[in-house]
Amino acid sequence: MNLALAVLVDGVVYSSWLFLIAAGLTLIYGVMKILNMAHGSFYAIGAYSGASLIGVYFAGGNPPWASYLLLVGAALVAGLIVGLLIERGFLRFMYGRDEVVMILVTYGILLILEDAIKLLWGVDPYFAYQPYTLLGRTKIGGLSFANYDFMLICVTALVALVLWWSLNRTRSGKILQSVIHDREMAGALGVNVTKIFTITFVIGAFLGAFAGALTAPGISVVPGIGIEVIILAFAVVVIGGLGSVGGAFVGALIVGLSRALSVHLYPDGELFVIYGVMGLVLAFRPQGLFAIAGARKI
Amino acid sequence: MLKTISKMAVYGAVAFGALTATAQAADEYKLGLVTFLSGGAAGPFGVPAKNGADLLVDALNAGTVPAPYNKVGINGVKINPVYVDEAGGATKQVSEYRNLVERQGVNAVVGYISSGDCLAVPGVAEEMKKVTVLFDCGTPRVFEEADYKFVFRTAATATMDNVGAARYIAEKVGGLASVSGINQNYSFGHDSWNDFTTSLEQIKKGVDVSTKQFPKIYAGQYGAEVSALMVNPAEVVHSSFWGGDMEAFLLQGAARGLFEDQKVLLTCGESALYKFADNFPEGAIVGARGPNGVFAPKSELNDWFVKEYEARYGTKPTYPVYHMVQAIMGLKLATEKAAANAGEIPTDEAVAGAFEYLEFDSPAGKIAMTNGNGHQAVQEMVFGQVSKENGEVVMKDVVRYAPSCVNPPNGVKAADWIASGFEGAVCN
Repeated sequence: MNLALAVLVDGVVYSSWLFLIAAGLTLIYGVMKILNMAHGSFYAIGAYSGASLIGVYFAGGNPPWASYLLLVGAALVAGLIVGLLIERGFLRFMYGRDEVVMILVTYGILLILEDAIKLLWGVDPYFAYQPYTLLGRTKIGGLSFANYDFMLICVTALVALVLWWSLNRTRSGKILQSVIHDREMAGALGVNVTKIFTITFVIGAFLGAFAGALTAPGISVVPGIGIEVIILAFAVVVIGGLGSVGGAFVGALIVGLSRALSVHLYPDGELFVIYGVMGLVLAFRPQGLFAIAGARKI
Repeated sequence: MLKTISKMAVYGAVAFGALTATAQAADEYKLGLVTFLSGGAAGPFGVPAKNGADLLVDALNAGTVPAPYNKVGINGVKINPVYVDEAGGATKQVSEYRNLVERQGVNAVVGYISSGDCLAVPGVAEEMKKVTVLFDCGTPRVFEEADYKFVFRTAATATMDNVGAARYIAEKVGGLASVSGINQNYSFGHDSWNDFTTSLEQIKKGVDVSTKQFPKIYAGQYGAEVSALMVNPAEVVHSSFWGGDMEAFLLQGAARGLFEDQKVLLTCGESALYKFADNFPEGAIVGARGPNGVFAPKSELNDWFVKEYEARYGTKPTYPVYHMVQAIMGLKLATEKAAANAGEIPTDEAVAGAFEYLEFDSPAGKIAMTNGNGHQAVQEMVFGQVSKENGEVVMKDVVRYAPSCVNPPNGVKAADWIASGFEGAVCN
């Protein structure tokens, strides 16, 4: 009983974290057809911004509960600034290039951002543990879990709901979907595709930074954290199908639960299981679980 | 005619070689220093080690280090450090090493935190006949699998950490019936766990392993691992985690109460003892990869070192700093021992000869190059438990193990020594 419960809770917590990171990545790919290698840097910038602000905030003896709003604010500002700078400063000059070229461009941006992070924050770790411990813990079936992790599940569910609703139930979402399906046709019908690209990229950057800011309280924010998560995020979106937000949700659940199962039953396979699942899915559905296979335009 | 020219070329080359192989008076001693300046190992290890090197090089050049290091620079020649970032993997480091020797013309190289780099570089060092001091990596394989003339390591191997850890918990943890482990999924993590469990089998029979976890290095998220440790409880949780991984594990474990029921043993714990003091669980068993930092024996040299380091960097030095400093000190003493006159830099052969079986004092106490046929240091090992008094971390229940108690004798492989039941070990 304890084991099943532990696998379930651990799996869902890990899946929530993965989905938060992967959502922005898959959204940007879906709309812009850019596999954004720099997405991990957005996560890192969000984590550093959150941790720095939390450090200053608690040093000033401010009321602890408002620190959660600070994390959201840090992600919002970091995502907006970095997202806008990159999209307006680099990517808009590269639209229409081959997807492989765009991977190289975003890889270059990743390297620049990694050095920029080092210049801004140095190599020492940053801690923002107060929001993580503030919520206490809950005992379920004899096991204690951090309430912050349950909050993370709720926030992820909210983000997934807002994304789904925005894409499927709003006028802006319909316009966005028209760009996803056929950007040339959408442009011909009067949709400002460039504006849609900018908005999408900034939202994607915010989601990456948001994931980083929410993760910061439970980790030590150190150089290289962005590079570590981008590999996992790629696995999730590839399983779900590139460009599919729903696919990323299911992909994150599959990866999270598989990993938790492996940690509890076969710890030596923990490293393998994520990529094993990915290989298995791709063997049967090379386009991922939720992406629609389509003819390539020439 | 052709034969004559060939002969002249050969004689010329020999004469040139002889000239360059002799001791030279020099304006500066170029010292290659390789340490992580970027990536996950930079914060806990690489940059503190560089800070230690900067401090010591400046003090040596100014001649302000206490005796026996009070001669300016190295043998009267001022040191000019040349830094290289260790990030990038072993293949890159081999290229960087060649650059340091061939293009930069360094007189010696001190470096390497990663065991992978420590296994890759010595072969090139031997080929290039350049004195190289490995300062921090832990794998015992370096001198177990090969003999080197020009390569030395002035810090003890990680075997010592885990033999000492097993001895400590057998002695200090009452009712020890089971242990579990969480170690990073790479050679250091696996070697640490193997050395720890095989040592424990020899020291205290019948201790069960509840669970062993090997998450990916830099994973950062340990929710499932913490649950696995709670579902399969043990008296002691062993971990060789370091840097951000260790800090994240402590944060996530503490938030769920893991360390209230189980004692955590951190073989590299001291590296985060000061900056992460608020979050260290009370009673955590901590090692410092030798008698470093909080475990350093009282001496004039250590008092000077800690005072200078704190004044310059605003924090106390941790074990990577000690490892770096003792490597440079060993190199300095060996070079000065090999030199006939002040102001000259002896040949690499002479320095290597003087370095073998050298014994010298460092801020971490006595360093004895007795293993690896005189190329591998042994030191004493210390463990203690974290306690907090008025917000300050203090160590309680400190136990010191003599070098012969936690290191294999010269010529014996660590794994064989442990399997033999520590044959020849002399404990205090």
